[in-house]
Amino acid sequence: MAIIERPPSTEVATPATPSSSLGALKRPVSTTGWKSWVFTVDHKKLGIMYSATALFFFIVGGLEAVLIRLQLAAPNGKVLNADLYNQMFTMHATTMVFLFVMPMAAGLANYFIPLQIGARDVAFPRINAFGFWAFLFGGIFINLSWFMGGAADGGWFMYAPNSGPVFSPSHGIDFWALGLQITGIASLTGAVNLITTVLNMRAPGMKLMRMPIFTWMQLVVQFLLLFAVPVITVALFLLSFQRNFGATFFDVAAGADPLLWQHLFWIFGHPEVYILILPSFGVISEVLPVFSRKPLFGYPFVVFSGAAIGFVGWGVWAHHMFASGLGPVSVAVFSVATMAIAVPTGVKVVNWTMTLWGGKLEFTAAMKFAIGLIVLFTIGGLSGVTHSVAPSDTQQTDTYYIVAHFHYVLFGGAIFGLFSGFYYWWPKVFGKLLNEKLGTWNFWLMVIGMNMTFGPMHILGLQGQPRRMYVWTEQRAGEGFFNLGFWNTFASIGSLILTVGVLLFLINIVITARNGKIAPLDPWNARSLEWMTSNPPKEHNFDSIPTVSHLDEFFHRKYQEDANGQMVQVKTAEQVLKELEDNADAHIHMPSPSYWPIVIALGLPVIAFGMIYSIPIALVGGVIVLFGTYGWAIEPSTAPDDDFDPPTTTKDVVHVG
Amino acid sequence: MWFTLAEHAVVTTEEHDTEHGDHHTSTGLSNNKLGMWLFLGSECLLFGGLISTYMLYRGRVGEGPRPSQIFDIPFTSVSSFVLLMSSLTMVLAVSAAHKGDDRNTNLWITITALLGATFVGGQVYEFTAFYNEGLGFSTSLFSSSFYVLTGFHGVHVTVGIIMLMSIVGIMKRSKTPGSKAETVEMIGLYWHFVDVVWIIIFTLIYLVPA
Repeated sequence: MAIIERPPSTEVATPATPSSSLGALKRPVSTTGWKSWVFTVDHKKLGIMYSATALFFFIVGGLEAVLIRLQLAAPNGKVLNADLYNQMFTMHATTMVFLFVMPMAAGLANYFIPLQIGARDVAFPRINAFGFWAFLFGGIFINLSWFMGGAADGGWFMYAPNSGPVFSPSHGIDFWALGLQITGIASLTGAVNLITTVLNMRAPGMKLMRMPIFTWMQLVVQFLLLFAVPVITVALFLLSFQRNFGATFFDVAAGADPLLWQHLFWIFGHPEVYILILPSFGVISEVLPVFSRKPLFGYPFVVFSGAAIGFVGWGVWAHHMFASGLGPVSVAVFSVATMAIAVPTGVKVVNWTMTLWGGKLEFTAAMKFAIGLIVLFTIGGLSGVTHSVAPSDTQQTDTYYIVAHFHYVLFGGAIFGLFSGFYYWWPKVFGKLLNEKLGTWNFWLMVIGMNMTFGPMHILGLQGQPRRMYVWTEQRAGEGFFNLGFWNTFASIGSLILTVGVLLFLINIVITARNGKIAPLDPWNARSLEWMTSNPPKEHNFDSIPTVSHLDEFFHRKYQEDANGQMVQVKTAEQVLKELEDNADAHIHMPSPSYWPIVIALGLPVIAFGMIYSIPIALVGGVIVLFGTYGWAIEPSTAPDDDFDPPTTTKDVVHVG
Repeated sequence: MWFTLAEHAVVTTEEHDTEHGDHHTSTGLSNNKLGMWLFLGSECLLFGGLISTYMLYRGRVGEGPRPSQIFDIPFTSVSSFVLLMSSLTMVLAVSAAHKGDDRNTNLWITITALLGATFVGGQVYEFTAFYNEGLGFSTSLFSSSFYVLTGFHGVHVTVGIIMLMSIVGIMKRSKTPGSKAETVEMIGLYWHFVDVVWIIIFTLIYLVPA
């Protein structure tokens, strides 16, 4: 099959004679070149920008991880000193959580939610652009600390007293706290935007219970972000005021209660765990049915177990604090709640397995990563249940057993899910298929590497090797099977294999970009609406908005039941697409590009610099934000009809956004 | 604190969308209004965190003044009353906006902004008085958490005033009367929310004995 060339049946006009806003700046109109990216409000471009930036930070965080493992590869490691080691694990976790998994999931959400619900863009396109720039500038801001006296070094959960100026005199934690505020603003605006999009912008007939699971899981995630981000905002503000303005919120000597930080952090931090994993659950819930040639087993159960995880996720935060002396009642309550949250998660694993059961399995790279997630996440989930038993957790707290657990759920779970999504959706986004052979190598090296790296950490942790230990010595390594030195070296070798695995993915991207196979219209025989468009989709996504009458709408347009109750193909993907094109809307005015999102976002790091170094700089940043805000408020989101060339006078213009 | 300003600004200024946008949404609620409700839901947790911090630390005065020594409850009651009355004038503004009566909308918005400014002025006066009585920002855990909580609320009121003044300006530029009714209504939602939060803060800080 080859991609079918179609003359554009729909006119997508771009504004040509832009009216100015605030007198100074005229609306950007470029449709090509860097300007078409920097000032874009198109959810697909922004989705690509989110994902590309996240991938860059994945490499940064990965290099930090490799340095950590090199330091621990041999006794008396000399790669990093203690101080640098502290910065390295702090920034590794911060980068992976806030600058890779979250924005990567946000990138996929940006790109695919509107396509999956049959919309032409998100509810607030400019807020979407602002969110991306705030994330990018926040991420850069946090990492600038490397060059300005040292990065944050208190661990990613930044407990007091390590977060105080006595133990961390550099500006690293200041950069960290303010940078996370900026990325937090991005998450919050993203949550408002995507929830509104999902609730309000669905195509006719797209009831909530007909939405693809990926959209459902993202909806749950965005609600979690909406309510979790403000809590960490408070905590970070208190920390900044303590470090920069002399307050003593977490200073025990001044009578403060350091548990306040722990509570605020984990009330955010535990929902955050589900913020990281649920998007990947959504991805594989799309991938598994497609490559099993079966509908998802128990769709409502997958939806409601996801929602249940979202609710119960708020009642388990203190299981991170079992060792802090909360008292028997709290410990018992949080222990039981934590065991309870394993149930909806288990429901999902059962549903995925039953989806595979009896299916015509097709082991593409996307499918391999999805199955990898089921297996590896289950291992991590089981070790998670052992933490819920408080007496056992007291033994495991702050050991490598914890490190093993969260890498199985986050690497084996979240990251494998994202990789599954890369292989599945790559042809949709770029019109080319990633190399499957390299994908297989990519998968197996990552599986082997990840199990070699994180598997032995269970042993290390149960033997008592503390987390964040920067060096080990031969004398204290022990003997035989429990020789900690052997397993540390083993894990470090594993991390190198893992690195090669990830590297193969990057090579795959390059090879695919150079001479990858052009993807057919429907390469996987897929089921959901995002495949009912061209590869890559047109700027306006759908020539005409489809009316939805089924869960798995695209599948039901291609296949219908025959007299014997068998599903038989009645139409090809090309024919389905042709029907949409034949009813194309004549004039579609998409939301227009704008300078203001990047202008406002640019003000934020300036304010943050000012908070650290000198207040007048912060005022400059404030002025930039205010200026951008007024420009934004005065400029219409979609250019007026008479800005278009030729001016559109007909009544049948469809306005989007 | 300027961050929150940016957030408000960003969330509340998409109003132009509906000028051209498709009014048929899946829920029937406009995107802007739904977005504002979501944002306010998020704000509940922001103030929840700040209020929790204050409640934890309000008795920890160290060497500094205790709450009962410095609070001037009659004064704060009056400024609280002024703020609550501004919710009434905000309702009148929204009502006038829906009738397409731009003149009265402007009038009531201006009065709302003035009442809000009176409240903020009262807060500045109060902070100055407390400072002169020895309650600095870093004097004690009580003082820090008090200033952070009431300060965040004050910033919210100030942002509200800026939005009110701005919408008056934007309405003067607009050619069709009543076209900004939804924006006025959204600012109204925000304004009422900030007032309700103050009722909680005022009760917990000033009325419930530590």
